[in-house]
Amino acid sequence: MIAFEAVSKTYAPKANAKGDGHAALSEVSLSVQAGEVFGVIGASGAGKSTLIRLINGLEKPTDGRVVVDGDDVAALGVEGLRALRRRVGMIFQHFNLLSSKSVADNVAFPLKLAGRPAAEVKARTAELLARVGLSDHATKYPAQLSGGQKQRVGIARALATGPRILLCDEATSALDPETTEQILDLVSGLNRELGLTIVLITHEMDVVRRVCDRVAVLEAGRVVETGAVEDVFLHPASATARRFVREADGEPAAGALLAGRVVRLTFKGEATYKPVLGEVARATGVDYSILGGRIHRLRETPYGQLTLALTGGDVDAAIARFQAEGVRVDPVLAGEGA
Amino acid sequence: MNNIDWAEIGQATFDTLTMLGGSMLLTVALGLPLGVILFLTGKGQMLENRVANGALSLLVNILRSVPFVILLIVMIPLTVALVGTSLGVQGAIPPLVAGAAPFFARLVETALREVDRGVIEASFAMGAKRRQVVLGALLPEAMPGIIAAATVTAIALVSYTAMAGVVGAGGLGDLAIRFGYQRFQTDVMVVTVVLLLILVQVLQMVGDTVVRRVSHR
Repeated sequence: MIAFEAVSKTYAPKANAKGDGHAALSEVSLSVQAGEVFGVIGASGAGKSTLIRLINGLEKPTDGRVVVDGDDVAALGVEGLRALRRRVGMIFQHFNLLSSKSVADNVAFPLKLAGRPAAEVKARTAELLARVGLSDHATKYPAQLSGGQKQRVGIARALATGPRILLCDEATSALDPETTEQILDLVSGLNRELGLTIVLITHEMDVVRRVCDRVAVLEAGRVVETGAVEDVFLHPASATARRFVREADGEPAAGALLAGRVVRLTFKGEATYKPVLGEVARATGVDYSILGGRIHRLRETPYGQLTLALTGGDVDAAIARFQAEGVRVDPVLAGEGA
Repeated sequence: MNNIDWAEIGQATFDTLTMLGGSMLLTVALGLPLGVILFLTGKGQMLENRVANGALSLLVNILRSVPFVILLIVMIPLTVALVGTSLGVQGAIPPLVAGAAPFFARLVETALREVDRGVIEASFAMGAKRRQVVLGALLPEAMPGIIAAATVTAIALVSYTAMAGVVGAGGLGDLAIRFGYQRFQTDVMVVTVVLLLILVQVLQMVGDTVVRRVSHR
């Protein structure tokens, strides 16, 4: 659906500055499948905003190609680009609603831009407002709405022209946790019910964990890790991904001073709820102290991760038993954290 | 109050309002597009063009730096070419527009700069053409600022019309100078000043009301 082929983007240097300009993205290759929710996580300045804007041609790559739905975005003419943008909706961190237009007129705006007949605009606007639960607010102005309601208007507006792709530019970063959850639920629902392909950029691992199927980790303009969210989340390979995971879960207890073997157990799905720990401890005579742990959901899948120090008894047998129960066991190196 | 000729004051009021109305209409007609072009050709904007922007900016600055009394005289040949006379209400309108339109254009440019860039970006992301972005998003978003700018410009025009007496354009300001000042008829002075004050007050109130109506922030 969307493919980045060795895409680089360099911003021209400032007129009075020396140097070659600022490289926002370097050699980024990615592919987003139709119908998936793809997350891009990175710190501010990592190039996320540039990356998402390359998809609808708000930015042009310096090198490489961005192919959306079979079209090379940079090669499209003015009309081709406008047609593409009607197939790609976008929502923003600060909503970017027109303060001079009512809620209904904001939602109707892309339809009017596309030159649709008035009757169709009216019917479609009402339908979209109903979908995002704002039918009662049609005649209000954005300034009269809460942040969550504004983002709902943004979503209705983005959906107006019936896009197949939705781009979310830090769409929940300006919202409180409860509202964030509601907006993420709405976005997930669009993915499930309308089969929308969604690309979202964020600096919060929690957002990725809740809604994404796959994630790319961006660091200083490069993709340092890509994979299924559960893999990246449970077994982050890059330092950047580990940092984001730690931010989402809080620091584990330091285990450096404890005796015994320190291991990390990962439970997924049904195994999360089984009393494995006690069974294995009784059977093998191994004692354990819990150094850190988390139990959560990745979209619909429950998972647990525990960092344990195992002492006494037959540690190897204990590890083998854990594995037999479907629990993944990884050794924890000193200083790595959980 | 024995010096006051109410018929003359009525005529002067009418002249002031005619000059104000005519020049304001043309000021907006010329200044609004000029302000939009100044903004669009500016740095980082959608029609960025340093040469065009520099040239327009220079023109605006020249017109704004000439004191209005001087402009009134310097423009006489051009005024004659445009409206056939340099005298009267007709002769006053071209210099009034030349003085006020650049001022209004600058205020419009500033009002457009206040528009959130995110809104412009969102409009493009929705598939808007440039023309649609300007007419459908940029101008409506800047409308409260543009109306406020028009109010300030109209009030500046009121004080410019007072100087238009130099070319025999008449009006309240002219009356105040010829009778109130040169003939020491203080009562005429007081009446004209009060009428000008009322005019300015009304303009400001109307402007503020319209701004409140169009502003939904």
